Amino acid sequence: MAKVLMKGNEAIAEAAIRSGCRHYFGYPITPQTEIAAYMAKRMPKIGGTFLQAESEISAINMVYGVSSAGLRVMTSSSSPGVSLKQEGISYLAGCDLPALIVNVQRGGPGLGGIQPSQSDYFQATKGGGHGDYRLIVLAPASVQEMADLTAKAFDLADKYRMPAMLLADGTIGQMMEPVELPEDMRTAVYEKPWAVTGTQGKREHNIVNSLYLVPEQLEKKNIERYERYRLYEQNEVMVEEYMTEDADVCVVAFGIAARVSKNAITAARAKGIKAGLIRPITLYPFPKEAIRKAAGHVKGFVSVELSMGQMIDDIRLAEGCAKPVTLCNRVGGMIPSPDEVLKAIEKMEGGEF
Amino acid sequence: MYTQILIAGFGGQGILFAGKVLAYKGLTEDRQISWLPSYGPEMRGGTANCSVIVSDTPVGSPIVHDPDILIVMNLPSLDKYENDVVKDGFIFVDSTLIERKVERQDVKAVYIPATKMARDLGIPTLANMIILGRVIRETGVVSMDGLKDALAKTVSAKHQDLIEANLKAIEAGYNYGE
Amino acid sequence: MAVVFSKPKALTDAPLHYCPGCTHGIIHRLVAEAIDDLDILGKTVGVAPVGCAVMAYDYFSCDMVEAAHGRAPAVATGLKRAMPDRIIFTYQGDGDLASIGMAETVHAATRNENITVIFVNNAIYGMTGGQMAPTSLPGQVTQTSPYGRDVKTVGYPIKVCELLSGLDAPYYIERVAVNSVKNVTRAKKAIRRAFENQIEGKGFSLIEVISSCPTNWGMTPQKALDWVESDMIPYYPLGVYRDKSAKEAE
Repeated sequence: MAKVLMKGNEAIAEAAIRSGCRHYFGYPITPQTEIAAYMAKRMPKIGGTFLQAESEISAINMVYGVSSAGLRVMTSSSSPGVSLKQEGISYLAGCDLPALIVNVQRGGPGLGGIQPSQSDYFQATKGGGHGDYRLIVLAPASVQEMADLTAKAFDLADKYRMPAMLLADGTIGQMMEPVELPEDMRTAVYEKPWAVTGTQGKREHNIVNSLYLVPEQLEKKNIERYERYRLYEQNEVMVEEYMTEDADVCVVAFGIAARVSKNAITAARAKGIKAGLIRPITLYPFPKEAIRKAAGHVKGFVSVELSMGQMIDDIRLAEGCAKPVTLCNRVGGMIPSPDEVLKAIEKMEGGEF
Repeated sequence: MYTQILIAGFGGQGILFAGKVLAYKGLTEDRQISWLPSYGPEMRGGTANCSVIVSDTPVGSPIVHDPDILIVMNLPSLDKYENDVVKDGFIFVDSTLIERKVERQDVKAVYIPATKMARDLGIPTLANMIILGRVIRETGVVSMDGLKDALAKTVSAKHQDLIEANLKAIEAGYNYGE
Repeated sequence: MAVVFSKPKALTDAPLHYCPGCTHGIIHRLVAEAIDDLDILGKTVGVAPVGCAVMAYDYFSCDMVEAAHGRAPAVATGLKRAMPDRIIFTYQGDGDLASIGMAETVHAATRNENITVIFVNNAIYGMTGGQMAPTSLPGQVTQTSPYGRDVKTVGYPIKVCELLSGLDAPYYIERVAVNSVKNVTRAKKAIRRAFENQIEGKGFSLIEVISSCPTNWGMTPQKALDWVESDMIPYYPLGVYRDKSAKEAE
């Protein structure tokens, strides 16, 4: 299979198509509009649906409709638009509907900026919309992963009946790298007997619904859903560990921050500092075990983030505050340089925290 | 080899395209590649820049902070990035558009009147490719062999007729001064 | 013994929760009769709103989806795009369709989305206990307009049929009422027509049904039906607002 150069955003779109997604609904917003543009070109040629919705809210509800029918479906946006989708995401979760939501993050809050950011970490991993629910949250760090994790997200969403979020950022969305795309990226076919495809007079009617006015019933629903989440947590953690075995300082970073951190680790190693990287690929579930294991031998952790420090809370929870954790961050669309990360590593190595 | 390249100029000068040609050429040589554009409103008329990494080992950060090779097609870009270039690195200057010389003594400065050459050759929009030819000649970051294949991949399907002109421009830059 | 009256197959046996005298029951029945008459029960998917009809998913025996407040036309769009050969309808109240979901309504209409929209206008928010609706009449007293709807500060009611008729795209728009036998008969015909249009692939059909809310209007059921005649219908004239089949016939 030949490698081709693709933008991260385009890789998401093509991978979605190769994962069997034939319905895309979206609304233009920088820096992810390439996904919509790609879908607008491709979908009509393969009998699929591309529809530019009147709003982010409508787009996510169109997704809700297609998912109710049992088909693979996605929407994509960037931070402010993803905020608008939260109502629909909560409903998807409340109805146990699979779907893919892509967030190519930009700086916030409010209208913020258009440059890359990771400041929607809390929104993606801790809820975002109302009610008790979790999302599958995957964080690609390369164009290849934009594609692979798109396919993975569809699979996990169908398998666990959860909405999945691909939490990318403007850099990974805009950059081009070589990528290999298998013709068919589906790994399994999932039966969807709950789908509202018409009774055909052969079964009782299916109802897609999140309303339970009897509190005992709603409680039961929530508990059952969380049992499914537990299974997902147990089985689906994805993490990359880079030079962690002998590490004295452990950097934790995802997405573009992890790419920058690798440069810093190479530089640190050249200076004789044993630095390593834990890169969460699933942000939910967070790779707690890898963090806990590293806590046994490192002096401390450096959380590298394009936010004011959001993932750092999960690191502290995972290692039970056994070791110090410092934050190396830039915000508002800025990205920490390898030098800045190296300095943070050196500080931790020197016992400054 | 891990070569970090930064190309900068005004929007419309083909900055991103020049980066793409480098990236595709690298790809056809089985190298590791990343290409990252500046994006947003500044793409239209304002400054444009593009980070390209061509490497034999996996690419870390795609953002080029300290380029091994800097290509500038306007004065603001030279002012902004001159001091970021690594020691013994290269700075390529379009001397039609930038009158001043590179001040640093610890880098190799290469001047080429690319915009004037492009005008004289009747390909006024291809100064970017002329500089690129010079970059290939001076640095060997990619090879000239099979350049046409890389161009065919970079140029969109409806503009395949422009490949020859691009090739001509790259060769003009490559052979400049001979 | 001959059966002269029975429940439509498109309704389940679940007892309706609607207040005494509420005309939602009649409108449910008319929708169900249309589904039965056209023999489309097995391939119909309905979308329930948020509002009094929220539990419509328990009452219709076809597959049902419960939508977020106002989003039914977007959900129906997704369903129809996913399953073009199925019959998709929404059942929405005035707050759902004409207030929080106005964007979804207008855009589904202007796409001429091939769906059927049943719009129940009773000029009040019933489920939450009688607040002002986008369709409450000028001067109408509600919980949130205790001195009567003051058009100077909260504006005028939205006339949905008139508004949507300003668009080029929608195929069929009609306003009916269910306050008399004569009007019920007309409403039945209109609702059936809206489903037929979809079967024939004609596009967006919306039937606005003027309904009554004795509980929140503070009237007896009979008085409420009279008020529909005396106050609602003069403000919301019944009739066909858009019928592209007339043009097609030319």
